[in-house]
Amino acid sequence: MNVNKIINRAIQELKYGQIVNLGIGLPTKILDHISPDLDIFFQSENGLLGAKKISEDSPINPELIDAGGTYIDIRSGASFFDSSVSFAMIRRGKVDITFMGAFEVDQEGSLANWKIPGYFSPGIGGAMELAQKTPKVIILCSHNDKKGNSKILKKCKLPLTAKKCITRIITDKAVLDVTNEGLVLKEIAEDLTVEELIAQTDAQLIIPQNIGTF
Amino acid sequence: MMNKQIAIEDVIATIPDGASIMVGGFGNPGTPFALINELRRQGQRNLVIIKNDANEDSIGISKLIENGQVDKLITSHIGLNKVVVELMNRQLLNVEFYPQGILAEKIRNAGAGCFGFLTDVGIDTEITDKSQLIKFQDKELKIESALYADFALIHAQNSDNYGNLVYGSAAMNFNPLMAMAANQVIVETPNLVSSDSLSPEHIHTPSAFVNSIVKVEFLTHEYQLAGA
Repeated sequence: MNVNKIINRAIQELKYGQIVNLGIGLPTKILDHISPDLDIFFQSENGLLGAKKISEDSPINPELIDAGGTYIDIRSGASFFDSSVSFAMIRRGKVDITFMGAFEVDQEGSLANWKIPGYFSPGIGGAMELAQKTPKVIILCSHNDKKGNSKILKKCKLPLTAKKCITRIITDKAVLDVTNEGLVLKEIAEDLTVEELIAQTDAQLIIPQNIGTF
Repeated sequence: MMNKQIAIEDVIATIPDGASIMVGGFGNPGTPFALINELRRQGQRNLVIIKNDANEDSIGISKLIENGQVDKLITSHIGLNKVVVELMNRQLLNVEFYPQGILAEKIRNAGAGCFGFLTDVGIDTEITDKSQLIKFQDKELKIESALYADFALIHAQNSDNYGNLVYGSAAMNFNPLMAMAANQVIVETPNLVSSDSLSPEHIHTPSAFVNSIVKVEFLTHEYQLAGA
């Protein structure tokens, strides 16, 4: 999987003044790739608004981590708060975008990313509230799993994180938007044909006349 | 002058077997490691522990769990602790999961002296049983009960003798909520300071919620571990 391709495409979603939450894993790599001067507030659900990547020469504050447990720094204008305020911010829709990873997504926009029964069940964390309550939920994931199976399904099989919550899916092969009509192909990886993409995707795709490349 | 300061062994000795204990912290920051270490040393058993996560293996509440002192863990996410995940999978530890903000709100609700609240979080998922749903103002909503506890173990950056608390950076997390929701609140702080050095406008937890204060080393060794 081409991680940089997904991250570089994801960064194009960021706009001046937004409040953004980054899920553990692929999404947190966004912090490594953006200019620290970009006027965006990254919310970390352990209780801060205004996270930024720690520079190599600055001292570590042992009481300052992100939700994934990585030492971080804060930008000018940052604030700290308790966990109830953090999730009040999330449930009231004050976080504009959440980027999350996924085990499965489907053409109705449902998301499964918290549990694989009998194999992986570490708990819910902030995932359900972020997925259900953030206005813009953008999924970053590989298009296919290691065996080549599509992660973009007609219907999720794993326990759901939230139903019909996804706005956009960015994979290494495509950018897909969830609409009332279904899953619309917006952009396709430049080294792939539409026929190849369809063959590698379980979900039904709506193919418009104009498709961008990335 | 009122002084809530007490020796760590004396205050932890007030915790009986079977107690429910809220423990502050999200990963390392805000975890009261010294109080937990003393609870591990004294060895109270059949505890119910309420904490956002299970720390990492061999530190924090994981020590209590690994030592067989904990019957039940009420939490949000234990993914950074493979030992506790394994104990749960082998059914040697009863674990109850909540969405993180719902866990926080259950504790906050108890801290506000209430008994529960209504939410739509997770109602379309397997964490919701239909029996938990009620119709309210034309919406189908889930009842979540308030979560009280016998004790709270809190880590504050600063405290005065009265127990006015200030938390550092991201170490606030669940601490101020738990300080309100538990019947007996025990605080560890590396900085026991004079009241005059704290600004009343900037107190996070007012002294009324605090019963006992323990002065600890500036930072226990757990904070020096890489990662969190």
